[in-house]
Amino acid sequence: MIQNNPVGRLIAHVILIIGILIVAFPIYYTFVASTQTLQEILRPPLSLLPGGHFWENYSAALFGGVGRIGGVGVDRLLFNTLVMALGIAIGKICISILSAYAIVFFRFPGRMIFFWLIFITLMLPVEVRILPTYKIMVDLGLIDTYTGLILPLMASATATLLFRQFFMTIPGELVEAARVDGAGPWRFFKDILLPLSKTNIAALFVILFIYGWTQYLWPLLMTNRNEMSTIVIGLRKMISFADADTEWHLVMVTCILAILPPILVVVLMQRWFVRGLVETEK
Amino acid sequence: MASSTRVTFPNKFLPYLLLAPQLAITAIFFYWPASQAIYQSVLREDPFGLSTQFVGLDNFRRVLGDPNYLNSLQVTVIFSVATALIAMALALLLAVMADKVIRGKGIYRTLLIWPYAVAPAIAGMLWLFLFNPSMGTLAHLVRSAGYNWDPLLNGDQAMVLIVSAAAWKQISYNFLFFVAGLQSIPKSLIEAAAIDGAGETKRFWTIVFPLLAPTTFFLLVVNTVYAFFDTFGIIHAVTGGGPGKATETLVYKVYNDGFVNLILGDSAAQSVILMIIVIGLTAIQFRYVERKVHYG
Repeated sequence: MIQNNPVGRLIAHVILIIGILIVAFPIYYTFVASTQTLQEILRPPLSLLPGGHFWENYSAALFGGVGRIGGVGVDRLLFNTLVMALGIAIGKICISILSAYAIVFFRFPGRMIFFWLIFITLMLPVEVRILPTYKIMVDLGLIDTYTGLILPLMASATATLLFRQFFMTIPGELVEAARVDGAGPWRFFKDILLPLSKTNIAALFVILFIYGWTQYLWPLLMTNRNEMSTIVIGLRKMISFADADTEWHLVMVTCILAILPPILVVVLMQRWFVRGLVETEK
Repeated sequence: MASSTRVTFPNKFLPYLLLAPQLAITAIFFYWPASQAIYQSVLREDPFGLSTQFVGLDNFRRVLGDPNYLNSLQVTVIFSVATALIAMALALLLAVMADKVIRGKGIYRTLLIWPYAVAPAIAGMLWLFLFNPSMGTLAHLVRSAGYNWDPLLNGDQAMVLIVSAAAWKQISYNFLFFVAGLQSIPKSLIEAAAIDGAGETKRFWTIVFPLLAPTTFFLLVVNTVYAFFDTFGIIHAVTGGGPGKATETLVYKVYNDGFVNLILGDSAAQSVILMIIVIGLTAIQFRYVERKVHYG
């Protein structure tokens, strides 16, 4: 009886559509700008329909060598970002599933101390320890390396906590049965635990991939050479309002290229994404 | 929790081996730099880096007495409160509406969640494209309406711009949590109120909103943490803390003092203060989580 209110539902649809327009407009506007010529962009207001320079601009940015940021092509920047995002996502999942496995399925001296040591890192985001971390990276010679971009961001308490929580729900009978059948810890991990964790791994992968792709402060500190830069940092370097030579149409193309991969991951893996988000609770 | 002793494997060394990678990374990249930050925060280095001396809490005293620091504290509070309120209010409105419609739920959700995938720095740039005075179409419209819009020169307008970008990006996250929260409210409660004659608005404020309180509170903490730390990219890409120091948040100031101005002791003291803030926020968050476990 509450649901049967057509006027209310109509208003709901209208508000949702307005919401979607607000949410989508900045991205749509940038897409439109990416299909215009430089002159059209510099002469506002911009038309609200895509222009006719889609292929021209996109091929110029990707292959033409025009949209180069300090001598580096967009393809290289995208590749760096992909390596970083995949490295962080896969690395984080691997090390945290192993440590959660150790904490839940073994009893050993110092177990809880180790758990707390990992847990407390929740309270130490990069932002609060910028300078000393940077010094360590310089001392270890990790500036301008993929290792430097990936390794320090791999340790995370959230992923470990998520796996730990999930492992605790696995009935002890399963472990017992495995042990009776003569399966060692490695067999149990590979044949029982991993298959059971599939959904959790997928959910975590989506969240972590986006986390890695959208990093800003860390790659800003870790990279000096342009060819090791990520797409977001590269884009930041392209933007200059003071500089009359800024090729805005190519900036817009780069912008679209930078946000497309993570958006595709979110939309295509939506089910796992929503699950991962609501379950990790950040 | 009936925690009967878990069945475990008897190995002695294997668990240490399994923990080793995470512990190594945590020790090198978390504990070592964090302890360095604390150590440096009580030292004073001369400008040439030749000698250092122990100064106790002097750095903290200076930082907390510095009008620039108090300014950035104020900027951070205004920025965080505005961002969290706008992002949460819009998300709640959209979630309530999405809960009402029957058709198209999935499509609406898909179309509302993608800003989550946009990097904060890029979110800032998107808004800058729209609103920068030299070529932004919306800036052009605002100006032709006779309003003197220039976020590159006017501090308040710069703040409006970064709050918009930061809130815009966070709507999707809040939306998903509010939708989940709304789904967990028993429909029978709302129907009972409807039978008693409570109108839609009244039902929302007396039943739905109070029952959403745990979600709202959780999101408030998450949004504050987001506004404090994850928005560095927006500020760095859009305003650079300017004009003047109108958009210099605490995190931006740590970066600026440490990397641009190279004042190590002050930067370290600021880091330690930030650490204390994070610890406080995390503690609040976990108290909430605990309560949720107990009451359902």
